[in-house]
Amino acid sequence: MSVLNTSRGETARDTAPGAGRSPARTPGPRENFSAWANRHRKWLFAAPAMIFVGVLIVFPLAWTLYLSLTDSQGSVRAASQFVGLENYLTVLSDVERFWPAVGRTLSFTGVALACEVVLGMGIALLLWRPFRGEKWVRVAILLPLVATPVAVGMMWRLIFDPNIGFVNQLLGMIGIPPQPWLSGQDTALGTTIFMDIWQWTPMVVLILLAGLTSLSEEPDEAARMDGANAFQRFFFITLPLMMPTVIVAVLLRGIDALKTFDILYATKGKGGGSFHEVETLNVYAYGLSFDYNQYGLSSAVLILFFMIIIGTMWLLTMRKKAVSK
Amino acid sequence: MTVLNQTTDNTTAARTAPAPRRRKPLATRAYKVFRVVALVAVVLFLIAPLFWMLLASFKTNVDIYDTAKSFVFTPTGENYANVLQRNNYFVFIFNSFWVAFVSTALSLVLGVPAAYAMSRFTMHRSALVVLMARVIPGVSLLVPWYYVFSNLKMVGGFEVLILSHMFVALPLIVYIMMSYFDSLPLELEESAQVDGLTPIGAFRRITLPLSVSGIATAGILSFIFSWNNFMFALVLSGSKTKTLPVAIFDFVSYASIDWGGLMAAATVVTIPIMIIALFTQKYIVSGLTAGATKG
Repeated sequence: MSVLNTSRGETARDTAPGAGRSPARTPGPRENFSAWANRHRKWLFAAPAMIFVGVLIVFPLAWTLYLSLTDSQGSVRAASQFVGLENYLTVLSDVERFWPAVGRTLSFTGVALACEVVLGMGIALLLWRPFRGEKWVRVAILLPLVATPVAVGMMWRLIFDPNIGFVNQLLGMIGIPPQPWLSGQDTALGTTIFMDIWQWTPMVVLILLAGLTSLSEEPDEAARMDGANAFQRFFFITLPLMMPTVIVAVLLRGIDALKTFDILYATKGKGGGSFHEVETLNVYAYGLSFDYNQYGLSSAVLILFFMIIIGTMWLLTMRKKAVSK
Repeated sequence: MTVLNQTTDNTTAARTAPAPRRRKPLATRAYKVFRVVALVAVVLFLIAPLFWMLLASFKTNVDIYDTAKSFVFTPTGENYANVLQRNNYFVFIFNSFWVAFVSTALSLVLGVPAAYAMSRFTMHRSALVVLMARVIPGVSLLVPWYYVFSNLKMVGGFEVLILSHMFVALPLIVYIMMSYFDSLPLELEESAQVDGLTPIGAFRRITLPLSVSGIATAGILSFIFSWNNFMFALVLSGSKTKTLPVAIFDFVSYASIDWGGLMAAATVVTIPIMIIALFTQKYIVSGLTAGATKG
């Protein structure tokens, strides 16, 4: 009985010294370790993962920051000189590649996200109420999500090929001349956005659907009884209630969309095509580092890119907090 | 009044029955037709490109260039034979599998206890450190990694690939498991401790067995992400450790593309992961939506 009592007492403040030690036995060295482990389990559990991630992040980030202040190029190992903020000045005044890349990154993310959220909400609403054949639709939704992005890029590359692509064949049937989807300077970015929409709208659908199914039915039913039609119920009841979930979806998808690399590299290759038509910040920085060995410049681009990502996330999180309240 | 009864009845049914038939007033007939059409369009849109890739992988390169043979052609296994034998894809399949498997296993070992501690002690700031890894662009890590690992003569080995893929897997696993542990009632552990288990013992004997489905979710998803990962393997893998997504590029040369071979290779990469996904659907869906509905 006394054992039971002490155990219960310990549970209430289980981080207190002596927690978990069985009073019946004499404490041996093993027992001491076990007691120590139990007392410090919070950090014992959390620390390995945090150290792993920390070492693999903090050190590289610090290094990138340092490189961005040097003229390092050619080889990372070669001696490089400290040049202060020169790289940043070079990058920020580069209207040929840097600023267009910023523009493409933001428009890629913005347009893709907007389409994915609108389409995703539509599809989620279609799937909301149970229906026959639901299983098949779910399978269809899952397939693009798990497909390997590089393979997906290659797949679209064939479909959008100007000469043999299926899209131009289809257009030919209704009398529209072939379009240079991926090779055209004006169309390439749009085409890659389309691919992103194909692959990632399902992700938004799943998140929004999870949100929809966890909504309480009462407000919707009450509005129905007051005679609100489907559109009114959606825009004045469901949508406001869904806003926190929408923002979660935008956050999760937005981070990845900003960093898109696989599809762009697979369809347009290094440098985002011969005219850099799909060169986003990620592709630009990759090319600077691994094709041109301009580590200093590349690091400056990356630091700026990172700041853009953090800024965007911060804005969205603020918005989410405002909505949740 | 009857309408009212009907709706409320259905609402209560919706919460208890697994697949309830909901209201069906007359006005929804048009909506029903619209819904069927829209759903068919969605499914076609999502499936058709994959189907096209599969078709092309069974065509000769001559047939691929012949638009008259879009759907009617004599299928050939030549591309697959080429991919699997001449390009030695079995090695790449093994590499992809091995890297994904080991990095997932190690990440689970590190990530599950971490997620448990972060959930139970609400260590939100610490969790943020781990989740930061999802936000940082991979390129900014690659230059320093490449420098250090090539000095350690590790580039081209499995260790460095596994480490880099763990970097993707770990935050994912922590994120999923945190929301899983948040949903497990604390009382179970507490009563186990009342019965004389130590806190770690309670975690090991009670919480872990109860979390099998959560761990499966996290593991499967991390396996998929590792299998699909491209950028890290592009820089850090060597000729012997090349993974499938990188090996696809063997079919693209500057001058020409072997479309049949390329589509067969793309299919070989995608099929295994799709089969895994189909058999583990519910885990994947719960993993992808983890934490999304808590607001």
